[in-house]
Amino acid sequence: MAKTNKFSLKNVDLWYNNFQALKNINMNIPSNEITAFIGPSGCGKSTLIKSMNRMNDLVEGCKITGSIMLDDESIHGHIDVNALRKRVGMVFQKPNPFPMSIFDNIAYGPRTHGIKSKFKLNDIVEKSLRDAAIWDELKDRLKKSALSLSGGQQQRLCIARALSVQPDVLLMDEPTSALDPISTAKIEELVINLKKDYTIVIVTHNMQQAVRISDNTGFFLLGEMIEYGDTQQIFSAPSDKRTEDYITGRFG
Amino acid sequence: MGKRSLAFNKELAAKILFALSASAAIIAVGLICVFLFVQGLPAIWNIGVINFLTGTVWQPTWNPPLYGILPMIVGSLYVMAGAILFGVPIGIFAAVFMAKFCPRPIYKVLKLAINLLAGIPSVVYGYFGMVILVPFVRENFGGNGNSILTASILLGMMILPTIISISESAIRAISSEIYEGAVALGASHERATFRVVLPAAKSGVMASIILGIGRAVGETMAVRMVAGNQAILRMPHEFLSGARTLTANVVLELGDAYGDHRAALIATGVVLFVFIMLINALFSMLKKKDGV
Repeated sequence: MAKTNKFSLKNVDLWYNNFQALKNINMNIPSNEITAFIGPSGCGKSTLIKSMNRMNDLVEGCKITGSIMLDDESIHGHIDVNALRKRVGMVFQKPNPFPMSIFDNIAYGPRTHGIKSKFKLNDIVEKSLRDAAIWDELKDRLKKSALSLSGGQQQRLCIARALSVQPDVLLMDEPTSALDPISTAKIEELVINLKKDYTIVIVTHNMQQAVRISDNTGFFLLGEMIEYGDTQQIFSAPSDKRTEDYITGRFG
Repeated sequence: MGKRSLAFNKELAAKILFALSASAAIIAVGLICVFLFVQGLPAIWNIGVINFLTGTVWQPTWNPPLYGILPMIVGSLYVMAGAILFGVPIGIFAAVFMAKFCPRPIYKVLKLAINLLAGIPSVVYGYFGMVILVPFVRENFGGNGNSILTASILLGMMILPTIISISESAIRAISSEIYEGAVALGASHERATFRVVLPAAKSGVMASIILGIGRAVGETMAVRMVAGNQAILRMPHEFLSGARTLTANVVLELGDAYGDHRAALIATGVVLFVFIMLINALFSMLKKKDGV
């Protein structure tokens, strides 16, 4: 089966006021695969992932040129930004559950998109929590505050919340950097399982993580994409000296 | 050795100074408490707690005099409820606007205006009420204009700065991560603000309302200037008639009262004090809840 591309980026430049954070990014992100962005802090990988659901719109002084296509449609064109964000979900670095009940956390998204029936909402909450592999832990305490959960549970709750609006894509911005190794392992396993239904883009500081879970890896440095390709290839035989230096731990 | 003990003494002296300064506030509250209760409680006892609190006639000059403050308790409750009705929705919406929707140049003007509003003396509010609001209510709603409604509108205005500034800080204190989480699900700015950020700031907003209520219940001068001040038990539908609050009762009559009459007015102050204490207790309960 030929690969189809979920995202296709061409000549993407991005400025924060006068600072150019992304320089001429060109890449295709295949459907139903996990694509990892790696690179040292400040290399632009988080900026890039935030451009893909236009969260950068919230940043004052942010300007972007070039084209980002989602299923062959420009995300800067006629598409409604809220509809875009429904299709392209996001999980953040720090778990950010809403200060409300577990149930309401998950139901917020579907309610936002017009689902009112209690019956349907129950279904969605259960399905989302199951998909995020946290249903068994939480099914008896749906009315409890989401803030009472551990960090790892909160992050899986946030993944469930992102899944609740049935996105095509899941963007994950260093989702395990605030978590312990056991929670991290659970989330990695979960991400691998989600790949059959979702296209996943993950930013990570942890190179082993990229190796363990991703199909493709892009290496970024100072706003440029230095190298992008098959993960095994990048980590076993990088073609650029800078990539090799980074993955062998010589800097970063 | 000597130097060290000198340093120690200095430290001790500073500590005592700070402790004394800090206790000044406690001493002041304590003295007020003692004064009020010593002078007020015997009066309540003499009149009879039930007669005092539920008596509907306040006629200190009759023979025998009647000291029922129910009309004033109810009057205070009416203007308090009215102030909440006018002040709270406007205050909360204004706070949301300032924290989440306001362009920067407009924000500066608004903030300045609200700070000014907080600094206006209440007698000036009262004057504004007499000159503008009383005729406005008279012409548009009827009655003579000195009414529960007028006092409610004026108090609603007076509690705005409290509600707006405290609610605004509470809304701003909610981390942007929570807002971003909502927006990333496809929620509009409005929906994220009203359904996630505002509920998250709930306890701060509640605190602002309670502080506002405290101000409304304790307000004296402005209310006295526009409320009509009749010591008559009103029903809620009589909101166009005048009413007297607890505060107004004290300030209107204390000047030429003596004996039992004077004691009954101080007892009115006791009731007001207990009122305010209850509101403050509610406030600390909410704060505690927020802390968990």
